Amino acid sequence: MNLSLLKPEITLAAAAVLVILLDLFIKQKYMTRYLGLAGLVVSGVFAAIMWGDNNPAIFNNMLATDNFAVFFKLLFLGIAFLVILSSADYENKFRNFKSEYYALILISTLGMMLMASAADMISLFISLELASIPLYVLVSLLKDKKSTESALKYLLLGAIASAVVLYGMALVFGATGETQLAAIAQSLGTSVDTTPLGNPGLYMGIVLMVAGFGFKIAAVPFQMWVPDVYEGAPTTITAYLSVGSKAAGFAIILRVFFTAFGVPFDISNNWGIIFAVLSVISMFIGNIAAIPQTNIKRMLGYSSIAQAGYLMVGLATFGLAMPSTVLGESGLLFFLVSYALTNLGAFIAVVIISGRINSDTIADYAGLGKRSPVLALALTFCLISLIGIPPAAGFMAKFYIFSLAAEHGLLWLVILAAINSVISAYYYLRVVKVMWFNEAPAAEKTTTTVAPVVALAICCLGVLLLGVIPGLIMRFVESASSIFPF
Amino acid sequence: MDFNYLSTIMFLPAAGALVIALTKNKDEKITKRLALVFTAIPLALAIYLFVAFDRSAGAAVVQFQEKYLWIAPLSAHYHLGVDGLSMPLLLLTTFLGFLAVLISWKVHERPREYFAWLLLLETSIIGVFVSLDLLLFFIMWEIEVIPMYFLISVWGSGRKGYSATKYVIYTLLGSAFMLAGILSLYFTTGSLDMINIAHRGLGIIQTAMPAAAIFWLLFFGFAVKLPMFPLHTWLPDAHTDAPTAVSVMLAGVLIKMGGYGMIRLCVSMFPDQAQQYAQILIILALVGIIYGAAVTLMQTDIKRLIAYSSISHMGYVLLGIFALGEVSLTGAALQMFSHGVVTGLLFAMAGLVIHNIEVRDMRKLGGLARQVPVMMAVFVIAGLASLGLPTTSGFAAEFLIFLGSYTSGAVAHLNIYTLIAIIGVVLTAGYILWMIQQAFHGPPKEEYNRVKDADNLEKVYMFVMVAVIMLVGIYPAVLTDVFQLGIAPIAGLIGG
Repeated sequence: MNLSLLKPEITLAAAAVLVILLDLFIKQKYMTRYLGLAGLVVSGVFAAIMWGDNNPAIFNNMLATDNFAVFFKLLFLGIAFLVILSSADYENKFRNFKSEYYALILISTLGMMLMASAADMISLFISLELASIPLYVLVSLLKDKKSTESALKYLLLGAIASAVVLYGMALVFGATGETQLAAIAQSLGTSVDTTPLGNPGLYMGIVLMVAGFGFKIAAVPFQMWVPDVYEGAPTTITAYLSVGSKAAGFAIILRVFFTAFGVPFDISNNWGIIFAVLSVISMFIGNIAAIPQTNIKRMLGYSSIAQAGYLMVGLATFGLAMPSTVLGESGLLFFLVSYALTNLGAFIAVVIISGRINSDTIADYAGLGKRSPVLALALTFCLISLIGIPPAAGFMAKFYIFSLAAEHGLLWLVILAAINSVISAYYYLRVVKVMWFNEAPAAEKTTTTVAPVVALAICCLGVLLLGVIPGLIMRFVESASSIFPF
Repeated sequence: MDFNYLSTIMFLPAAGALVIALTKNKDEKITKRLALVFTAIPLALAIYLFVAFDRSAGAAVVQFQEKYLWIAPLSAHYHLGVDGLSMPLLLLTTFLGFLAVLISWKVHERPREYFAWLLLLETSIIGVFVSLDLLLFFIMWEIEVIPMYFLISVWGSGRKGYSATKYVIYTLLGSAFMLAGILSLYFTTGSLDMINIAHRGLGIIQTAMPAAAIFWLLFFGFAVKLPMFPLHTWLPDAHTDAPTAVSVMLAGVLIKMGGYGMIRLCVSMFPDQAQQYAQILIILALVGIIYGAAVTLMQTDIKRLIAYSSISHMGYVLLGIFALGEVSLTGAALQMFSHGVVTGLLFAMAGLVIHNIEVRDMRKLGGLARQVPVMMAVFVIAGLASLGLPTTSGFAAEFLIFLGSYTSGAVAHLNIYTLIAIIGVVLTAGYILWMIQQAFHGPPKEEYNRVKDADNLEKVYMFVMVAVIMLVGIYPAVLTDVFQLGIAPIAGLIGG
């Protein structure tokens, strides 16, 4: 047992505790923000150092520390960093809870990092809860009617989802007698009946786990909470939910389904079909429901459902195709990075804009192109990336993930996904149109501090770089996904 | 390769767009001069490349190549090059890009943004013509949507928002299928190199996916852009509502991307499938020719009329391509060039009429020959070129198409199809002459007495375009020699 392999997590936990303690003693509450940022950076450095080493699993194979885990740790740390950076103005809405806000973000990030490394169903469930519970609190932090309502909704549905996951795990344990993912795979490969009729409990368990994780990634039909929670939550937390929570969901799905249920083929084929179907309905329902929205947070909520659909194209590919190449999962990981930067960029722009005009209604964005052209340009660029038009990263991500799907015989899914991109262009472009072509009402200028603008700039730059020279990150995600036994 | 000519040509307009967007000058003159400089240099370089293009026997088919590894995991390259087919189209793009700046000289609304988008548009169109890597090709194909969306919806007229959105949705729908086709090509051949795939032929395509399916996926994307009947409905709206210079670019080079893509990808990579399905495509081309011309006859809006005439003219291109003979393909390529200049000029003139007279309904015009003699003269020349009068480029192109398709043995019953297509020429003569008569002849109307004729700047670009039309009409070999270099290897793939 080597505790030094846990350095990133220990640092982050310490930072969270320090933030809470510091809150008791100092008057300048904004200091806690800097402390949080520093904690994230240090933790990130520790995580980056671990990259590339073939580290052993720790705590009796409870937690893996492989490249895949390190990759996601860095992703979550980066997301949290950008979210905290963009909260510099927004924190004033929380009055007395500024440092709690930062501490909770750090703790939730810690939970997500553990989720990415969990190699055992027990540690997986605990880290899932660790990531979720702070989020319930964070959603309610605005303390107004909408925020409270959405937090309650999120809490209730989240609790049900957790119960469903747990039930699924119990059934899988019953069928295989193991909690460790690798051991489950071994048991499935040798001694257990893997036909659906021969072992219904196993399949029931897998389906329940899909349902529970589907809640995390906001896939249809487990998406009911998304529009309300996205609208009611503080915008920075909406951003965090839409990328952090979703990426964490995909991290555990990848880990569980590739490690435990990757072989034999009749199992992976079955969950592959489930994900293909979920992908299609998520894309269609997300995109079509986004069209009539008038609130930008709700619209981005539905759009994130559709984006989960595109991501699931990747999952379906590997379930159905018995992946033989390392390119497999890397398409998904690349899409996640690109999606994280793009969606964060869009939400940070929304945070800044709503700080100026005090509204999240799309119609109120009129004339933004005249009043703050740079901001409008940044949001436009992020929306273009969400549609998937080059040179933004969104295009490269779709190209990458679709090319793998097409290669493995899922061309029908690719065509459906591409048609969905066309549908999505309609509502994304509507926002662009309002910003640039509609006349401005009254111009009110409030200043924004520099931190959120920096965060937005990082996102946009990242989106552009990933779109133009994606090779670097691609090599990175390939080695992160090479841990899977295919 | 000593100097990256093609990259320079391609990225100079984009660099110009960046410079224009970043310089915060109040004086729009500076913006326009910058735009002029950043389109003039690519034009000059393109002319130089056209002259320097090696036409001798045994010269490399693809010249001025640049190839660098771009995305290693996808084996995508940054690969540029021109052959006999794309060289004239590159010349045309830079030529019209330069003229578009001149034509836009009287744009006073948000000029910085306008010229930035216009230059960006030029870069992406050039990119389509010079890319030899499928991914790069597709990226350039897609980028073009964004400037067009902004140009139509901000500086357009009429139902501009509707037209712009319609344009985007149509284009994206087409490219969604094209993307599926490109992905299928990529995974069946394992390569993104267009030359390589065409060169090695279908032998390398594995059975995972029928080649016919890939052919149709790709074809659909190009057919939307060409536009082929019945996928054409975006074009009249986009043309009618776009600002003049954008109409010129749209008619002049943007829709040529469709024809270029068909030759470059559909025909040269899938010669057997092209031959197999040529019948049905030629029939669609005929429907487009006749239907487009018939609908044109009914138009009263001067820009809409020219827009519909493009549908008919693009039908000839489609006919020329899928007649699959060397002569007919050359004719189709020449028609693309000729239509680019002729219709570009027609749109420029229509824009001038609308700008100076502020009337776009032809029923209200009339008798303008007295008041604006220069405009009338140029309009008549452009119109005659459009209907294919000898000594204009339109004649040379249509003659080659008809000759080629009549004699091509690649598809059955071609001679009958050709005869039907020639009916289109009669209809074209009808609407062109009718338009000229409506707008410029008849008794002069008093309310137009104060209308200004073309000024010096406008005369410059008009006469340059007229000169090009005449030059190509009288001595088409200046272009066909080059086209043939690119088309002969492609036509060679077609089995008798």
